[in-house]
Amino acid sequence: MQVTSSVRDPLVTGGKTYHDVTNDVSRHVEAKPNIRWFLAFLTSVGVLAIGSIAVVATVWEGIGMWGLNKTVGWAWDITNFVWWVGIGHAGTLISAVLLLFRQKWRTSINRAAEAMTIFAVICAAMFPVLHMGRPWLGAYWALPLPNVFGSLWVNFNSPLLWDVFAISTYFSVSLVFWYIGLIPDFATIRDRATGLRKIIYGALSFGWDGAAKSWSRYESVSLILAGLATPLVLSVHTIVSFDFATSVIPGWHTTIFPPYFVAGAIFSGFAMVLTLMIVTRKVYKLEDYITIGHIELMNIVIIITGSIVGIAYITEFFIAWYSGVEAEQYAFINRATGPYWWAYASMMTCNVISPQLFWFKKIRTSIVATFALSIVVNIGMWFERFVIIVTSLHRDYLPSSWAMFYPSITDVGVYLFTFGLFFTLFFLFAKFFPVINMAEVKAVLKSSSDKVNK
Amino acid sequence: MERDTHFVTGVYEDEDVLLQAITQVRSSGIKIHEVYSPYPVHGIDDYLGYKRSRLPIAAFLFGLLGTTLALTMQFYMMKFDWPMIIGGKDYGAFPDFIPVTFELTVLLASFGMVGVFMVSTNLKPWAQPRIFDLRITDDKHVMAIDIANNSAVELAKIEEILKSSGASEVNKKSFE
Repeated sequence: MQVTSSVRDPLVTGGKTYHDVTNDVSRHVEAKPNIRWFLAFLTSVGVLAIGSIAVVATVWEGIGMWGLNKTVGWAWDITNFVWWVGIGHAGTLISAVLLLFRQKWRTSINRAAEAMTIFAVICAAMFPVLHMGRPWLGAYWALPLPNVFGSLWVNFNSPLLWDVFAISTYFSVSLVFWYIGLIPDFATIRDRATGLRKIIYGALSFGWDGAAKSWSRYESVSLILAGLATPLVLSVHTIVSFDFATSVIPGWHTTIFPPYFVAGAIFSGFAMVLTLMIVTRKVYKLEDYITIGHIELMNIVIIITGSIVGIAYITEFFIAWYSGVEAEQYAFINRATGPYWWAYASMMTCNVISPQLFWFKKIRTSIVATFALSIVVNIGMWFERFVIIVTSLHRDYLPSSWAMFYPSITDVGVYLFTFGLFFTLFFLFAKFFPVINMAEVKAVLKSSSDKVNK
Repeated sequence: MERDTHFVTGVYEDEDVLLQAITQVRSSGIKIHEVYSPYPVHGIDDYLGYKRSRLPIAAFLFGLLGTTLALTMQFYMMKFDWPMIIGGKDYGAFPDFIPVTFELTVLLASFGMVGVFMVSTNLKPWAQPRIFDLRITDDKHVMAIDIANNSAVELAKIEEILKSSGASEVNKKSFE
């Protein structure tokens, strides 16, 4: 039997029994969508529709519709790409790394966090796909198709191609991991349903029978997938950072990028999980499952990763000076004091100073403060990417070609489109899928609920 | 009586009672068909005498296949089929091929293992599982005993053992 310390705070409060867990989670799937859900969903679809105009404009007219210029050839799109991919790191970290570390508190949040991951990666993928200009020809440039389909093989020396493999592997493995976890819960809904719902959830549950043999294999699969997904999640943002680090642009060409990007990704991902979960637990009345204890633990992860990011900023600055390379030194001085000083200041305030507030127990256990800071962190992380990308490019080696970057209305529209897409998918998930992994919560209930059930 | 059609089922409320019951039932010479639970019960495999799953081996082999395929593909394309100097590097720039090799290893290992899991557990959208009790996906553990497979033991005796081992209900269930 598992031994759990009696001094640990309970993971599930309110004296829930197994049947309560089933009811509390399934009832949201079974209930008719209410007016609040429809309003939220229609707002997201509205944003998606407005953003679609910008997407159509980009595809129809070409990426000349964007605010890029000859000097700043990468800006808005890749900033958003890296931002969304970063957000998409929390889900798999929670489900894989915390599974390997036997952190039982992950069971109440892993489902929604993984869903968020998958949707964020879909949003991220929009940017490189649209940047191709003619995405329907993208397969020739991104996939290793035989020479007869194009002029050459794809270039396996290029980090951009590594990214294609990293992001698509990450997306598909995360999707499979998420779905394997959903199968037993779909079976629960199937066994409570009648009629059409029974048929639909029956098909979704893949005929799950709950046999000890099936569970044994399920646990094997989860453990191995976690073992595979752990290096995978670290590799994805490492490879994203290679897009910059392997170039010779001052400000990008640094070896600190991989760990720095990975920490930043986890930082922003946890912030987004908190933003979404604080709303979800309130609306769905899941306070007994996602307790203040969960919020506090996630805030602790935010302090750790936020501090790593802060140290990385300072190290980067120090090394630029210490290297003695004039161009490198200028790139960093220009970041902090040049025309984009406000972006640098926002990044420093939001990412380095604000998470330090979580050292105070009052703040990290306050729902309002956590919600506000989780949004601040994601604003800061957007600025971090903007600072790294735009300030390193806008003053290049030739002062005659120095330029500023201003986003066009199409740029803003494409970003809005991804927000619409993200929230549309998330609201669909929250309505039709069980938002908490019922089976895994039940598995920790006996050892970790505040009242041993029955 | 035909095998695999008529069952006696014991319904258990608690996982620890269930584990003790498995030991008791097995030691009285009754063969357990299967135990169904709403969640993975820690250590139940040992009580039922199940061997460890060989899925990790499948994952390893598929991973090895991914590594081999990825390296073969990249060396064939970049070194043999259409060699080109890129960034002054060797045609077969081994370190450059590692990221894609790693990703394809993970991809094939995951998908291969999940594929084997789906086939071995008979998971597919059109599968019609045998449900011994609708509550096994909610809050009850159910131990199923195949009557024909235990013809040496009287039916009443089986029911009595199930009851005495802590089952809250003892039912009969037959399938076509």
